[in-house]
Amino acid sequence: MSMNLTLRIWRQANPGTPGRLVEYAAQGISPDMSFLEMLDVVNEQLIRKGEEPVAFDSDCREGICGTCGCMVNGVAHGPDAAATVCQLHMRRFKNGDTITIEPWRAAAFPVVKDLVVDRSALDRIVRAGGYISMNVGAAPDANAMPVAKGLADEAFDAAACIQCGACVAACKNASAALFTAAKISHLNLLPQGQAERGRRAVAMVDQMDVEGFGACSNEGECEAVCPKEISISNIARMNREYLRARLVAR
Amino acid sequence: MQLDGKVPGGPIESRWERHKFESKLVNPANRRKLTVLVIGTGLAGASASAALGELGYNVLTFCIHDSPRRAHSIAAQGGINAAKNYRNDGDSVYRLFYDTVKGGDYRARESNVYRLAQVSADIIDQCVAQGVPFAREYGGLLDNRSFGGAQVSRTFYARGQTGQQLLIGAYQSMMRQVDAGTVKLFPQREMLDVVMVEGQARGVIMRNLVTGELEKWAGDAVLLATGGYGTVYYLSTNAVNSNVTAAWRAHKRGALFANPCFTQIHPTCIPVSGDHQSKLTLMSESLRNDGRVWVPKDARDPRPPQQIPEPERDYYLERRYPSFGNLVPRDVASRAAKLVCDEGLGVGDTGLAVYLDFADSIGRLGKDVIKQRYGNLFDMYQKITDDNPYQVPMRIFPAVHYTMGGLWVDYNLMSTIPGLHVLGEANFSDHGANRLGASALMQGLADGYFVIPNTLSHYLAGTSLPKVTAEHDAFAEAASNAQGQITRLLTVRGQKTPRELHRQLGRLVWDYVGMSRTAEGLRTALTEIPRLREEFWHNVSVPGEANNMNKNLEYAGRVADYLEFAELLARDALEREESCGGHFREEFQTPDNEAQRDDLQFAHAAAWEFTGVGQAPVRHVEPLQFDYVKPSQRSYK
Ligand SMILES: Cc1cc2nc3c(=O)[nH]c(=O)nc-3n(C[C@H](O)[C@H](O)[C@H](O)COP(=O)(O)OP(=O)(O)OC[C@H]3O[C@@H](n4cnc5c(N)ncnc54)[C@H](O)[C@@H]3O)c2cc1C
Ligand code: FES
Repeated sequence: MSMNLTLRIWRQANPGTPGRLVEYAAQGISPDMSFLEMLDVVNEQLIRKGEEPVAFDSDCREGICGTCGCMVNGVAHGPDAAATVCQLHMRRFKNGDTITIEPWRAAAFPVVKDLVVDRSALDRIVRAGGYISMNVGAAPDANAMPVAKGLADEAFDAAACIQCGACVAACKNASAALFTAAKISHLNLLPQGQAERGRRAVAMVDQMDVEGFGACSNEGECEAVCPKEISISNIARMNREYLRARLVAR
Repeated sequence: MQLDGKVPGGPIESRWERHKFESKLVNPANRRKLTVLVIGTGLAGASASAALGELGYNVLTFCIHDSPRRAHSIAAQGGINAAKNYRNDGDSVYRLFYDTVKGGDYRARESNVYRLAQVSADIIDQCVAQGVPFAREYGGLLDNRSFGGAQVSRTFYARGQTGQQLLIGAYQSMMRQVDAGTVKLFPQREMLDVVMVEGQARGVIMRNLVTGELEKWAGDAVLLATGGYGTVYYLSTNAVNSNVTAAWRAHKRGALFANPCFTQIHPTCIPVSGDHQSKLTLMSESLRNDGRVWVPKDARDPRPPQQIPEPERDYYLERRYPSFGNLVPRDVASRAAKLVCDEGLGVGDTGLAVYLDFADSIGRLGKDVIKQRYGNLFDMYQKITDDNPYQVPMRIFPAVHYTMGGLWVDYNLMSTIPGLHVLGEANFSDHGANRLGASALMQGLADGYFVIPNTLSHYLAGTSLPKVTAEHDAFAEAASNAQGQITRLLTVRGQKTPRELHRQLGRLVWDYVGMSRTAEGLRTALTEIPRLREEFWHNVSVPGEANNMNKNLEYAGRVADYLEFAELLARDALEREESCGGHFREEFQTPDNEAQRDDLQFAHAAAWEFTGVGQAPVRHVEPLQFDYVKPSQRSYK
């Protein structure tokens, strides 16, 4: 039942040192293990030998926190659709397989160490306008403003983004358009978000450029790897919101 | 030590109003001169940061994650309670208060719980205004469901992602304050110590997890919102980086730790599949609204579940608790599952599982309705187990989920260290001995948005706070203390990984301080834990350096703290000679195996004082008074 695999893992000591792929044997891997549990096993072996384990990020290990993420054989989060790499299970692989594991690659996501990258640029995009301005205590009764179910559901679909950065990693331009568009859609669709609709779109899109993310050329790779299946139609909405705001401003 | 809960007097309905009125206020112009250090950005920490930033304080906020929006609160699925009575089904502030005190098995402070129920409605207003996409009905108004044993529908939810959506709301409000310059954010920082100056909490030592540098931060008050200690069991539904480190280090500086033995085991989790397992996955207990729990009547029944006919199944929850059935509270459902498995009736490869069956509901409501209600949970289950729950019953087993115990706080959320406030799951909180479903999110946000902005101003306005900078000797002392432990971890160079030792510790506490406890088992734990701690310090392997990102080093530090904390957990369980809520002592049960409380001797919070590693801690007591909800034997029959 158990499998033996060859792993080629990106090792990089810090942002300033060049990295390289290093080969490791992963032996006695159970098909019931998750992909990250398989990496745990490899790391345990390294630690016992007194070698530095592979640095990788994870926390919830159930696909909701967006902490994990790496390229598995060139695909962000690996071969399963609508899943993060922590949700990937080893039963997806065969005995004898070679698996290449690399960090997200994007100018705006510098490698910190091994598979860990710095995604703080995404927080700064939110900071620029990804919120509804409302102080604690000022809210009206929650049912004072009905929201049509269809609209609420559409906003929710966009709000499901877990900010993992897979969309950026999968894009050949390393664009953060899907991420930014999802946030703009979530807030701009809702009645509560109307007052700042234009300002929000402009500020977030501009910040995306400041951070060094590439432009969107509609390749659709982002949507294909998104673990939450966020639709690329959000990007069209973002573009409309941005143009509309610019026109109004003029 | 005399523990003063600082509970205001008068009728319970007006205590909070009165307390707010009597609280001192900080002049708006002075707020920016006051620095508040917030540790943690879960629901409690993010909401507190946002609220305090809006008020104009100088807020410095830290978390171990690379983004504040990844805090463990993100994982909550089921929902958040609020006494809105939108359903007209008889709910009220008083009923939510009553249910929470009773659900907690009469081990919570009445005044705190009442306040929680009072502000619950404001939380929903706040979140909706922020754009949290709660479930709605076709008319556009908010939907509710009944949850976790409640007989009214007061739970608001956002598909299976309530925690994530609430946290995004709080995070976005906090980021707005970052943009406004009132909140400064420091992710990837781990708190390693509280700095005490003249008896007050005046700063923290943080390790920068990217550069490894130890940073000294001074302030006028410290807010700990660092979550619970469920991962002491190694396997739990908590995120793998959850830890007791911040709370434990504060405890070592003098903050009393209350009721650590009140831990919650959640009845509906995916069973363990092997040694490699790194965490357990919760299946929202909303599943119990439509799923029926059973085991075969015959322990040796080899048939697959679908082929076992009705009369040969034991729907043991429905049988034992006819009025609540599958919806009994968590502690009751978990223990019942353990009982049937102990009797050899468990299912699956390990025999440590029971069935949760949707066949009846699918028959009654149709597959589409079930899919609409639970589709994402069913998918998640299938991804992990490779089984299709639309066709075969789920297999579930209880797992550690939440910790009611935590640092002792008074009504103002201040610990026994002046200036050190504790919010969210990290405090010993309002849930007594057992938390009801959908009430942790409520408490975290109540603490952060509504309670602390009021009580902190009272502290800051009413306390003499001489100017302190990070140049003060106390900072150097605390930093060198933290550095000492790091150096020690790196120089052991043993054979075992921190994970192996953590797994061993987890086994110990699960076996002896888990779902059901005995004096004998607890005594065993109390000899085994120090032994394991000894082994850790002789045999742990932590390769690499301290001066850069070293996740194994971080982990080793957390395991080291758990090895000290676990002893307190076992000791508290040993000294509490009664069964209540999540704390079940086999010696104290009714003839039909229900928890037997001892209100005469144990109607109190036990708050422990640290005296040294391996030294007997001192047990202090805060008596609990029940003037409104008279203690009775909980019955869900
Ligand atoms: C799977 C799951 C489902 C749940 N579902 C529900 C539900 O449906 N309803 C409900 O009411 N409750 C639910 N709960 C419980 C609830 O989610 C938690 O109790 C609550 O979110 C805790 O919030 P918090 O803000 O106190 O802490 P957390 O969200 O745990 O945040 C802790 C913060 O502290 C930081 N931190 C931790 N350690 C350190 C350190 N040493 N130094 C610096 N920073 C640190 C972290 O980075 C993080 O930002 C669930 C829990 C789990 C595990
Ligand atoms: S670890 Fe949370 S999404 Fe993978």
